[in-house]
Amino acid sequence: MTLDSTDVAKIAHLARLKVADADLDAYARELSKILHLVEQMDAVDTSGVTPMAHPLHMTQRLRPDAVTETDQREAFQAAAPATEDGLYLVPRVID
Amino acid sequence: MHDLSISELAAGLRAKHFSSRELTEHFIQRLERLDPALNSCITMNQDAALVVADAADRQLAAGGGGPLTGIPILHKDIFLTKGLRTSCGSRMLDNFVPPFDATVVERLAAAGTVMLGKANMDEFAMGSSNETSYYGPVHNPWDVARVPGGSSGGSAAAVAARLCTAATGTDTGGSIRQPAALCGITGIKPTYGRCSRYGMIAFASSLDQAGVLARSAADAAVVLQAMAGFDPRDSTSAEVPVADYAETLTDGIQGLRIGLPKEYFDAGLDAGVEASVRAALAALEQQGATLVDISLPNAPLSVPVYYVVAPAECSSNLARFDGVRYGHRCEAPVDLQDLYERSRAEGFGAEVKRRIMIGTYALSAGYYDAYYLKAQQLRQLIAADFRNAFQDVDVIMGPTTPTTAFALGTKTDDPVAMYLNDIYTIATNLAGLPGLSVPVAPVDGLPAGLQMIGDYFAEGRLLNIAHQLQQATDWHLAPPPDFG
Repeated sequence: MTLDSTDVAKIAHLARLKVADADLDAYARELSKILHLVEQMDAVDTSGVTPMAHPLHMTQRLRPDAVTETDQREAFQAAAPATEDGLYLVPRVID
Repeated sequence: MHDLSISELAAGLRAKHFSSRELTEHFIQRLERLDPALNSCITMNQDAALVVADAADRQLAAGGGGPLTGIPILHKDIFLTKGLRTSCGSRMLDNFVPPFDATVVERLAAAGTVMLGKANMDEFAMGSSNETSYYGPVHNPWDVARVPGGSSGGSAAAVAARLCTAATGTDTGGSIRQPAALCGITGIKPTYGRCSRYGMIAFASSLDQAGVLARSAADAAVVLQAMAGFDPRDSTSAEVPVADYAETLTDGIQGLRIGLPKEYFDAGLDAGVEASVRAALAALEQQGATLVDISLPNAPLSVPVYYVVAPAECSSNLARFDGVRYGHRCEAPVDLQDLYERSRAEGFGAEVKRRIMIGTYALSAGYYDAYYLKAQQLRQLIAADFRNAFQDVDVIMGPTTPTTAFALGTKTDDPVAMYLNDIYTIATNLAGLPGLSVPVAPVDGLPAGLQMIGDYFAEGRLLNIAHQLQQATDWHLAPPPDFG
């Protein structure tokens, strides 16, 4: 698969990354090169092989549905760029 | 003091030959004097370190403490440290001061270690040369014009240059073993799930594993012992008891069957590295081990498989960096979309963006089966190759890397050439197996590594074999000439 600048613009939007128009072609070349490497996978027939999502064959551990964490909102929000009254501030979403 | 092993330092502390404060001050002075040439440390922790050292001295004076009490170490800057900036090598987290400690950090603090600071690394652990760090590249102490390897490049360079006793690292595709090999030290990546991932900034969650970089297998064993174990706060933490690594360290290796995969001795392997690796294998043979030729037929596909699985998981994991809750936020965003897109574009470097985009593409509608599903199927075959091999052999060995350290700047323009540095290490992560790298004879004055791959949870066996090799050889003892 070879990507062009239109593909890159679409992927960048899906990934929420601003890419300057001037950089689209360079990304298209680099990402295409990586995809060519990845396409070596096609050399092996994998029909019928169970996909491996995880290296250890274990079941998802569940914990009792009980409160275990104390309220640390202030400590966690201390790292936020902008907060007010315990809320995270972002640009206006709804006019 | 900086040339002593961890057990020698622990004995020295108990015998009052020196205090933990003196030891800590010694390493801080070495970092201040020598690290400007290496750039191995992003953030220093001098003042808090001395407070911890004093507490260790009081504990030791009262007859308490353990094998790591008062021992100064570095943490890779991927582990959250409460109150101390944790950047992950990224502009995105340049301003991030975590509100809690990673489990690994918490356990090593409880064991009495003194944190000297946070080690430099490739941005979000994505890189094999430590050149993607926002804080600049790390230099290899054996030749400062060369890379230390990555992504745990700062940890490796600092341990090799005797700027700390040992350091934590993480390994997603070779990020402990490859820099350990290129810097001439010992590095162990345990079985997936052996050390908690809680508070370890996620790159590729099904591959990431914490481990240790140290100057010997014996030192690595002491540190790993304190780090490893079940953690209910990590949903993929293994509920498997941790063996006593010290207990088996000195066992003999007579009768050990070592598998040599022909795929790891391929045309891409440098002749000098191969000669050094074979000399190390011969040393193990002399101690009673048997060398067996084996094959891991799907291993050559591990790089392509990795560059689907790791970017796919990274694109998902790094979605959390949105300029809202923590991390970098762009100036004057016009709307929410602009806030996300510019904060992320400014906060992430080129390699991180490439991987996010590859992952986003591989997971996007219509491409999932061709990329992600296919990669997961091949991952199954790669893991099955190892399972088959371990029917016949106890451990698998080969080179850690195809070459010695390359010059800074030579591979930064070619991502694919950079990715091929990890050709011998990635399969281990895909299968979730433990891997270890030990120094072998230098090649033209530069370090190289022998890689040992064990069966699941065989960390004790790997440390034992590495220790036996290090009892019979001295390749791990020589310091880099300018950092002795």
